[in-house]
Amino acid sequence: MRILRAIFSHGSGRIGGIIVSVYLLVAILGMLGLTPHNPITQYRVDRLHAPNGAYWMGTDLFGRDVASRLMAGVGQSFTVAFFSVAFATLAGTVLGLAAAWLGRRWDGVLMRIMDVLLAFPAILLALLIVTVAGPGTWTSVVAIGIVYTPIFTRVVRGPALSLKAREFVDAARTFGSSSSYIVTRHLLLNLVAPLTVQVTLALAWALLTEAGLSFLGLGTQPPAASLGLMLSDSRNLMETAPWLMIFPGLAIMISILGFNLLGDALRDILDPKMRRAPA
Amino acid sequence: MIPLLSVSDLRVGFGRNPQANEVVRGVSFDLADGETLAIVGESGSGKSVTALSINRLIDFGGGRITGGAMKLKRADSSVFDLITATEPQLTGIRGAEIGMIFQEPMTSLNPVLTIGRQIEESFRLHRELTGRQATAAAKDALDRVRIPDAERLLKYTPNQLSGGMLQRVMIAIALACNPRLLIADEPTTALDVTVQAQIMALLAELKRETGMSMIFITHDIGLVAGIADRVMVMQNGQAVEQGELNQILDNAQQPYTQHLLQDVPHFANGSATRADGQRDTGAAKEPALKVDNLVVRFPLKSSFFSRATGAVHAVDGVDFDLMPGETLAIVGESGSGKSTTARAVLGLVRSTRGSFSVGVRKASAEQSALPVQMVFQNPYASLNPRLSIESILAEPVIATGGRVNAETQARMATLLERVGLPKNSLERYPHEFSGGQRQRLCIARALMLNPSVVVLDEAVSALDVSVQAKVLELLVDLQREFGLAYLFISHDMAVVERIAHRIAVIYAGQIVEIGDATSVLSKPQHSYTKKLIAAVPTIDRRHEHFELDTRQVPSLVRPQGYEPAPARWEQFGADHMARAEV
Repeated sequence: MRILRAIFSHGSGRIGGIIVSVYLLVAILGMLGLTPHNPITQYRVDRLHAPNGAYWMGTDLFGRDVASRLMAGVGQSFTVAFFSVAFATLAGTVLGLAAAWLGRRWDGVLMRIMDVLLAFPAILLALLIVTVAGPGTWTSVVAIGIVYTPIFTRVVRGPALSLKAREFVDAARTFGSSSSYIVTRHLLLNLVAPLTVQVTLALAWALLTEAGLSFLGLGTQPPAASLGLMLSDSRNLMETAPWLMIFPGLAIMISILGFNLLGDALRDILDPKMRRAPA
Repeated sequence: MIPLLSVSDLRVGFGRNPQANEVVRGVSFDLADGETLAIVGESGSGKSVTALSINRLIDFGGGRITGGAMKLKRADSSVFDLITATEPQLTGIRGAEIGMIFQEPMTSLNPVLTIGRQIEESFRLHRELTGRQATAAAKDALDRVRIPDAERLLKYTPNQLSGGMLQRVMIAIALACNPRLLIADEPTTALDVTVQAQIMALLAELKRETGMSMIFITHDIGLVAGIADRVMVMQNGQAVEQGELNQILDNAQQPYTQHLLQDVPHFANGSATRADGQRDTGAAKEPALKVDNLVVRFPLKSSFFSRATGAVHAVDGVDFDLMPGETLAIVGESGSGKSTTARAVLGLVRSTRGSFSVGVRKASAEQSALPVQMVFQNPYASLNPRLSIESILAEPVIATGGRVNAETQARMATLLERVGLPKNSLERYPHEFSGGQRQRLCIARALMLNPSVVVLDEAVSALDVSVQAKVLELLVDLQREFGLAYLFISHDMAVVERIAHRIAVIYAGQIVEIGDATSVLSKPQHSYTKKLIAAVPTIDRRHEHFELDTRQVPSLVRPQGYEPAPARWEQFGADHMARAEV
């Protein structure tokens, strides 16, 4: 595909693309249970082993394999990130288009609600929602989704307002095109590029927020693995078993780096001003 | 004698490999003291790049001078090499020796600084004037470009002034340090025709006063007659012809110059109007479109909660009728309400009052679902860049509840062929087409629903002059073939003359004169129509003096409940009437 080729010929896009692909592979393996060991089986005799041939990233306090838990954790974190970003994209796009298209009072009311949501720091708002709804995977998905909805609403509303004033929208009105046709064909289709970039960047934030929630014990519940939960468990053993912290920490850091690099590359590639003029 | 500016074999390229992407390919000319050179060409001909190379502003636009020589004679008669000059040297030259004015006065000024501050800057930089002295100098500069009430104007910000006024301010800034060369890059293209005439007159007067040289860049060969001593015609980065004004205009040697002079619409005082289609208002015929007392007002509110205190009377009681197969041109300047009229007819803006009736063209199943269609001004903005041509052409059909079937496909193919586009256009996207081709696409799209009336809102204004002529021809052909009625909105009298059967002149939201095209153009009756026609540049008016007229268009903001006095019409001839003036 054209876009994949463009990503791989873009400097940071290539690095970001490779990182994200590797993570996706790991996540899928983790979710399918294709890990070296069972991530929740406790090998009591092998507690707190440093990384070695059998346990590549060592074992934790209960004798569980860190590498396997990491794979399962990446799977878990990615699942939450993907679903929450999907939620935010869908809700944000619908709300943003509604605000731009309906205008007037709708616009005012919707955008003020979004302003209120944006006024809270992301993790605090997510905490609030999870505390009210109770911890768990699906509540984190909804909480993180709600937190990032206002950003998508803004990303959609601005360009949608300017597209709405373009002549091709006026032209469509003169044919008597229906609102839904204009919104989907003339507005949404032109918003694909900014949305793609936003989705990539939002995935990085969502991963971080999920890790934060799990770290605080409000996300994924033990014994299931998640990157934040693993970090949280490693706190007391930081000095005796540093591998418990290093591997999940690195995993979070590199994944976010990967998504950010990919997002930057997509922004360059999809920006029409950066594209070469048609011959 | 050494010329003021001598350019020889100038070459300018862009991009990573400037040698391979040359936009200006070997241009040479000399400019003597006090002489005006007009550079004429269409977009992409390299005329602006040539001008920007002279003061080396092209360096900031990504261009590189790849060859040639440019020598400027300085005030002390020393010769200055513009090609090898360093940036600090050039800063001293720009403004002080070479002044420049641009096309868009609205964007050439900083919107957050007062006019005074921006004029003073030039004095501060080059004359080291400060405080009172600079302010006084700024006021003098504004007086010089004949801006009334200059002292008060110094405190204004750009948004408070009209385009014509801003262009005067730009000229004042450019002339602040008495440059000996002024480069004017399409200085009047963004302005209304009467304002254009004022600016041109001003430039001519200033040139006489100061004895400066000028390079005047334009796409409109009609404009050069009033101002140029010499003319250079450019095409594809090369000077195809240059010489004395009269020699070029009367005795052009090159086919391209002849083409510019002949094939392009030039205003001819009503002698070039269409001969076909005599108006027949017999009782048997029903008009294709009848507009009766159309009023469009936009209420003014100072805040969200307060009540409207007044209204902008954009269109104030307009009526006309349009026969099948006829073109009615609505002419007027920006803000006169001509586009609002068109948009109201299409239902894009809500009319406050008034009625339209759309006549029945053919009493058969062929009757269109939407008999009025529109073609917009900007062919780059009126096509969705993300849709293929097929989807774009199918949209009107889908919008009116139709299905894309073999019949629709066939109609698309026929229309594409009819407007002169290649057969394989359907799978392509708008960016693959030129401006003229896009406008043809827009016309094809408007015809998809088989309308009886097509509203053309400045439909050829954004196109290059020679493309304009071809699109006008196409429009005339299509009109004959399909019996279309055109409502042609334009500010360009030369274009209107070519396509209109009848003309309505609109001023401040009201029609002031309406009638047969030949009659209106050759024997204008209303003072505004006369002014409008007098302002049209033509190649026959050489160095003609034009009276400066600084009258402003009256404000269209009226108090709540204001109603205009009913019009009294005076009849001149069978189909020609004008509003009586008080």
